[in-house]
Amino acid sequence: MEYEAVIGLEVHVQVKADSKIFARCGAGFGHGPNELADPVVLGLPGALPVMNKKALDGIIKAGLALGCTIPDVSKWDRKNYFYPDSPNNYQITQYDQPICDGGEVEIELPGASRNIMGEHRKVKLTRIHLENDVGKLTHFSSDSLVDYNRAGTSLMEIVSEPDMHSGEEAFAFLTSIRQIMVYCGISDCDMEKGQMRADANISVRPKGQKALGERIELKNLNSITGVKNGIEYEIRRQTSELKKGRTITQATWRWDAELGVTEEMRKKENAHDYRYFPDPDLMPVRVDDEWRNRLRAEIPELPYEKQRRYFEEFDLPYTITSVIVPDRELAEYFEEAANLAPKKAQAIGNLVVNDLLREVSEVGIALSESKIRPPHILSLVEVVEKGTITKNIAKEVFVEMFKSGETAEEVIERKGLKPDFDDSQVKTWCEEAIAENPKPVESFKAGNDKALNSLKGQVMKKSRGKANPQLVDGIIRDLLA
Amino acid sequence: MSDTLYYKSASELAALLEKKEISAVELIQSIINRTKAVDERVGAFNSFDEVDAIAQAGASDARRSDGQSLGPLDGIPIGIKDVLAVTGQPLTCSSKMLEKFVSPYDATCIEKLKASGAVLWGRLNMDEFAMGSSTENSATKVCSNPWNLDHVPGGSSGGSAAAVAAGEAIVSLGSDTGGSIRQPASHCGVVGLKPTYGRVSRYGLAAFASSLDQVGPMGRSVTDVAMVLQAISGHDDRDSTSFKSEVADYVKALSDNAGKKWTLGLPKEYFDTASDAASMEPVLKAIEFYKSIGCEVKEVSLPHTEYAVATYYIVATAEASSNLARYDGVRYTHRAENYDDHIDLYFQSRAEGFGSEVKRRIMLGTYVLSSGYYDAYYLKAQKVRTLIRNDFMKAYEEVDALIAPTSPQPAFKKGEKTSDPLSMYLSDIYTISANLAGIPAMSIPCGFSADGLPIGLQILGKPFMEEELLSVGHAFEQAHDFTNQHPKL
Repeated sequence: MEYEAVIGLEVHVQVKADSKIFARCGAGFGHGPNELADPVVLGLPGALPVMNKKALDGIIKAGLALGCTIPDVSKWDRKNYFYPDSPNNYQITQYDQPICDGGEVEIELPGASRNIMGEHRKVKLTRIHLENDVGKLTHFSSDSLVDYNRAGTSLMEIVSEPDMHSGEEAFAFLTSIRQIMVYCGISDCDMEKGQMRADANISVRPKGQKALGERIELKNLNSITGVKNGIEYEIRRQTSELKKGRTITQATWRWDAELGVTEEMRKKENAHDYRYFPDPDLMPVRVDDEWRNRLRAEIPELPYEKQRRYFEEFDLPYTITSVIVPDRELAEYFEEAANLAPKKAQAIGNLVVNDLLREVSEVGIALSESKIRPPHILSLVEVVEKGTITKNIAKEVFVEMFKSGETAEEVIERKGLKPDFDDSQVKTWCEEAIAENPKPVESFKAGNDKALNSLKGQVMKKSRGKANPQLVDGIIRDLLA
Repeated sequence: MSDTLYYKSASELAALLEKKEISAVELIQSIINRTKAVDERVGAFNSFDEVDAIAQAGASDARRSDGQSLGPLDGIPIGIKDVLAVTGQPLTCSSKMLEKFVSPYDATCIEKLKASGAVLWGRLNMDEFAMGSSTENSATKVCSNPWNLDHVPGGSSGGSAAAVAAGEAIVSLGSDTGGSIRQPASHCGVVGLKPTYGRVSRYGLAAFASSLDQVGPMGRSVTDVAMVLQAISGHDDRDSTSFKSEVADYVKALSDNAGKKWTLGLPKEYFDTASDAASMEPVLKAIEFYKSIGCEVKEVSLPHTEYAVATYYIVATAEASSNLARYDGVRYTHRAENYDDHIDLYFQSRAEGFGSEVKRRIMLGTYVLSSGYYDAYYLKAQKVRTLIRNDFMKAYEEVDALIAPTSPQPAFKKGEKTSDPLSMYLSDIYTISANLAGIPAMSIPCGFSADGLPIGLQILGKPFMEEELLSVGHAFEQAHDFTNQHPKL
């Protein structure tokens, strides 16, 4: 029998904000332990949460970017459980009336090769809701310490429908969410820093069966690759169990990335009873059109929309877009240059993807710190197109431009890279090369076109690389005709 | 003169202070002396700080002599129930759990009292975490009824009522979740007002049941209570449930409304039940009084009254089970000395830190919120709550206010009900509905039982119309002389 897997993801994303959702004190990183705390964050007797409207902007924007409906009214509930990182021993969350309903995420599956675009599809979302994050525990041999700086900061939970079928789809889903969140400035989604966390619900059923199989909730997926590997392992495990005639029992398992296996954490009977109820300290959230429209206006063009536009407007190949588009800053940089000369967009794209990214990463600076600005890129493309310098010399010029911040012309001028000879001098060199290399001449005459390269190489050498290769090619062919 | 200052009213003292016939230091000294003389027997205070109180009074005198008086409460000593946060003072909630906790911040009502110049005086005894009707659930000490020390003062704000009755404070703050201001006020022969839900900020009030809790004033006269209500009312952006509306001039309303012929309702369900007949007599006399001054009195019905106690014990305990989860042994509470792991730390610390009534209510609340029971209990209770509120709103279409007994009987003897929680719960039968409906209600003294225990008259008003409620009570008070009757201690 053939089996298929059904996967749903629950993705937690930390929302960037200057303050906590329900307290007045600040939020952020890099503070001493418990510096970002006040009576509300610490859950002192008598302290009350008050919703900070600004802290909701991030999630509403995320919802709008992912095509969710933002209901007029949503509400806050308490999720009751004891843990030392939670100051009130309940979390304020949204049980049955979340801020965002529905929605979908466009994903790209891997293509046949790295250079070929894969299939695109949309993964349906159930909802996105907001909750307050917990503090951070540090364990020592005999005791533990807790830092509540993170407690009470906005944590968004994106819940997908059971609408994926492979580890690769889950990987693509998370990649897409991360790109969109970063694009919209909602979160940096760095999984290593815990800014994005994912749990997966995985079940396997005989192909063709409608009903879902018993599901396993998989936790401890600490990287996007971990999500893919953990899910793939779990699908194999469940499938093999079913093939052996065994049954799967609903439970929570964890992924052990080091051993590369999943293991059981707790059975369903031991599941928490969170005793959800509406938080009596908080009023429902009311969102009006003015609020929705203000945030909608702040949403930038999303990555896949941008990619499609680059195909159309600039006729860019997939390989260039797949590098440029995921990075909003890089895309904006490229576009600024491309808009100066839309017809030269491909050459600009090549310089950006190859030379610019190489130099930026070699020197280890941010793109914004680069001295080469978009007009510089265009200046280099233009001198190469005019034939002022060769592509090889262009590479050298780029490195100089990157160091000094000069335009291409300035570098060429300063370093004397412009040809200091005319076409008749090139013709003389060609004649010399033919005279000095009878063997390739013979070979070419015998029909071996490649033999011409060796002659061209000789001429380039004589010109110290400055001769225009097309010109050299033409002259030699004429001379040997 | 300072010997007798402690039994004067806040309004009278305000005039004496204003005329500089007395000083705030003299006044607090009189209160301190009185407290030291009687509190060993009464047990109204969990703690007090004389030096701090005298310093506050000194500052008040300095302001007044500079012509910078902050108003009529400047220099008036006010006792604070040990459930409200005051910077630098203990906040124990009469619980072992918080016996070493000192608040690093001020409740909003405390901030407002400080801004009015009142002298914050001591930490008043209460039932642990405001759960109880007799103050017998205090883990700190026994509190007694000043009128008869063998009897309870009522609760949970028993200390707040007893201190005012015994002259250990001029006025006080209590909190009322199901009757915790009105019932002890009635048992101790003082005035106690539970404002409309949302009238006074809850920020800094250690929560028992968030949707029912309200801070309110207690005093020996309606005017005094009006003065304190004036100081603590108003919207607070630190409490989302506080209401954005104008605060009337409550003291002025008393004279403006003098002689007004109110239409008063008698909820028949409050007179049908098994109140003890002798204690109903003063209430019936009060009704006759209102008729005699030209008020129209008519019977009304609040048909869902019989469900109030059950509804209350679901809503209140559910919220409490969650609100009290923060007292866990991890941060600022009592922590058990011996435990195996963090789960055991919770078990041991909570087992040791909470008293039995608190545990009972946490268990009940945890049960009603459990998966599979939520709809049948909590959700249903919230629906009944709406019906109870609708009953009141319907009655208020016909009447300005309702009058009823505050409590089915006078203060009972200590120990009489401790082994029977249900009969203890039923002592709140007339007060609970006001909390469920969110309406304001007040208890004023209206007489005494045969054995000399005070009896209260409850007046229930329209939401955010405390000025009317106070005026109705004031009319009765002006024609009677309960304000100046004091227990013999």
